Amino acid sequence: MSVHPTSPAETQNGPRQAIAVEHIVKRYGDFEAVKDVSFSVADGEIFGLLGPNGAGKSTLIRMMTTLVPITAGKAIVAGYDVARDPDAVRRMIGVIPQALTSDPDLTVEENLSIYAKLYSVPRAEREKNIAEVLEAVDLVKWRGAQVKTLSGGMRRRVEIARGLVHNPSIFFLDEPTTGLDPVSRIAVYEMLDNLRKTRHLTMLLTTHYMEEADTLCDRIAIVDHGTLVALGTPAELKRTVPGANVVEVHFGHDLPQWQTRLEGLDGVTSVQAESAGFYRVLTSSGSKTTMQLVEMAASLGETLTSLSVQNTTLDDVFVHYTGRQLRDELVKPPAFTLPPRPGAQP
Amino acid sequence: MNRMFAIVEREMRKFFRSPTLMIMSLMMPILQLLIMGNAFGGKIVGAHVAVVDYDHGPEAVKIREGFDSIAVNIKTFTTVEYTDENKAREDVRTGKIDAAVVIPAQYSRRVYAQDAPRIGFVVDNSDLFTSGSLEAEMQSLVTALTAPVIQPRLASAIALEIVELYPYVNYMKFLLPACCALAMYISVMIGGGMLYIDDKARGVHEGYLVTPITGLELVMGLNMAGAIKAVLSGICLVVIGSLMAGLGVIFNPVADLELLALIVVTAIAFNGMMFLMMVRVDDPLVPRAMFGVLNLLLFYPSGAMYPIAAFPPWLRAIAVIDPFTYCVHGFKAILLKDGGFVAIQYDLLFLFVFGIGTLLIATPLFKRTL
Repeated sequence: MSVHPTSPAETQNGPRQAIAVEHIVKRYGDFEAVKDVSFSVADGEIFGLLGPNGAGKSTLIRMMTTLVPITAGKAIVAGYDVARDPDAVRRMIGVIPQALTSDPDLTVEENLSIYAKLYSVPRAEREKNIAEVLEAVDLVKWRGAQVKTLSGGMRRRVEIARGLVHNPSIFFLDEPTTGLDPVSRIAVYEMLDNLRKTRHLTMLLTTHYMEEADTLCDRIAIVDHGTLVALGTPAELKRTVPGANVVEVHFGHDLPQWQTRLEGLDGVTSVQAESAGFYRVLTSSGSKTTMQLVEMAASLGETLTSLSVQNTTLDDVFVHYTGRQLRDELVKPPAFTLPPRPGAQP
Repeated sequence: MNRMFAIVEREMRKFFRSPTLMIMSLMMPILQLLIMGNAFGGKIVGAHVAVVDYDHGPEAVKIREGFDSIAVNIKTFTTVEYTDENKAREDVRTGKIDAAVVIPAQYSRRVYAQDAPRIGFVVDNSDLFTSGSLEAEMQSLVTALTAPVIQPRLASAIALEIVELYPYVNYMKFLLPACCALAMYISVMIGGGMLYIDDKARGVHEGYLVTPITGLELVMGLNMAGAIKAVLSGICLVVIGSLMAGLGVIFNPVADLELLALIVVTAIAFNGMMFLMMVRVDDPLVPRAMFGVLNLLLFYPSGAMYPIAAFPPWLRAIAVIDPFTYCVHGFKAILLKDGGFVAIQYDLLFLFVFGIGTLLIATPLFKRTL
């Protein structure tokens, strides 16, 4: 399946596209990791590829950043064809791969200096650029510290600084907040948002965090099993899900008739059984459904353990398009678990 | 070009920031030189030899005087008195003593009568080195006893006059060229092979690959850095090893230049070989697993420990294509013989061609993508 939406920037500011991907395919032998994906990213936009691990997000970003050869289709980045002119693409982009690529034995400044040289940044500009990016990622105080002495969040900021040291116009970030604690993650969101504003960067990031995509991205593409299943702004995507609100209800007792009774309420578009007595109800009116629920429970003499009303989330969007929850993919149990080490703390 | 030097800069900064790596690449060859040089180069001293004297005649006394002379001068062995030949033989077998000399009854009479006099010598030939040394000592003693008291005016026997071209080469000196080669190999293996694969596995190379650096610049940068590390290791070991072994050749500036040339081409050859082997490897366990096997396969057939002339044909074939062979030969030619450029020109040529050849094969095999 391919989706060809037009980005907001195209309609408002003309056809100025930073990235254009057309029917791109990546095959490893018989396995098709990316299947006929097409999309475009407007200049100055933050574009998110959202999907579970193994969905093909990293393969997509690697094809666009010249790291992996494209099997079929075309990717134009900063006006250059990735397959035909990879060097020109590399000069225009900054890439933060999933792995930490900065050398832990070198200082922050040494890492930045070496990457500036790899991008052939002239000596005169090098110092200025390093000072600017250190300022931008708030690491001025740590410029002389060895990377291995920094915390995970700070190391991620070094990576971001490293990707910006040659002043790229397009910035690719492959899961930039993976492994970070919630506080560091929010700090990275703020920093990226700030960088976009101050440096007029186009950003393409992959993530499996809903709030990251929701907070940062102007538009989101949902990727599943190598296919682009939905694309739009977070608000547009949420609007595509039937039901404006999600009511989460937990009954005191798990009765078999709850599902049918809930589906019979006015405005309810779908009901999902999460666990014993716990249901997620998509509805066009949260307040109306809540009142009906309370009345129904009272008439049956049942108690409600908990009841909450929320707006539709990207999780609901993901469920709507893929038929399952993103977090299910993330917490899939491993096929084999090692027995606990004797004497290990639980 | 600047991008290539950026790779070199990164590798060298890392190298100097982790002194453990530098120390460990020198530690094994230095310890090998120190321990093996002293352990294998020594002579047998203080062995115990039983004397069972059934004769007690004047000629037997001469033998015992010879033993006393050995005990106080070169100290190869001291004697222990035994009265029973069987007991002495049993003690040699059980290791209480190292050998036994049996002077039979009527020995002196047989000497005077020139009636084929014989001395018995029981040795533990499971220890070839000790038994060989004791046999050699006994042989020289017997030769001295057999020599006529008055030398004939015209010598009838053919004499071999040996002329030694070089000062005495003890085992530590003999081992030094091999240790220099080994230090460079370890440096290339750790600083080139293992770190290269570790960087690949950690994602550092992914960071390089998204920059505009070309494949050739990346290969040359990595190899240049690996070669510089090997050169530094080689220089360190030549200097430290020469001082330990008491070789003064390093104070000769011309020899130093020859050594430097040899070290540089060896570094290129070893590094090229290592890069060719590692260019398509991704698993960090591979270079670690290969370390010992390669060491065995390259070091021992090179003539570092035993002459190539004594090898069977298949082992000689390995020696011919083994860069260690030419490196060890070159170091021997300069360090032990001060043979000059002429003595190492073919070693330099082979190592240079080998290094460039392996790099030429490895470069197109290097993947510019993941």
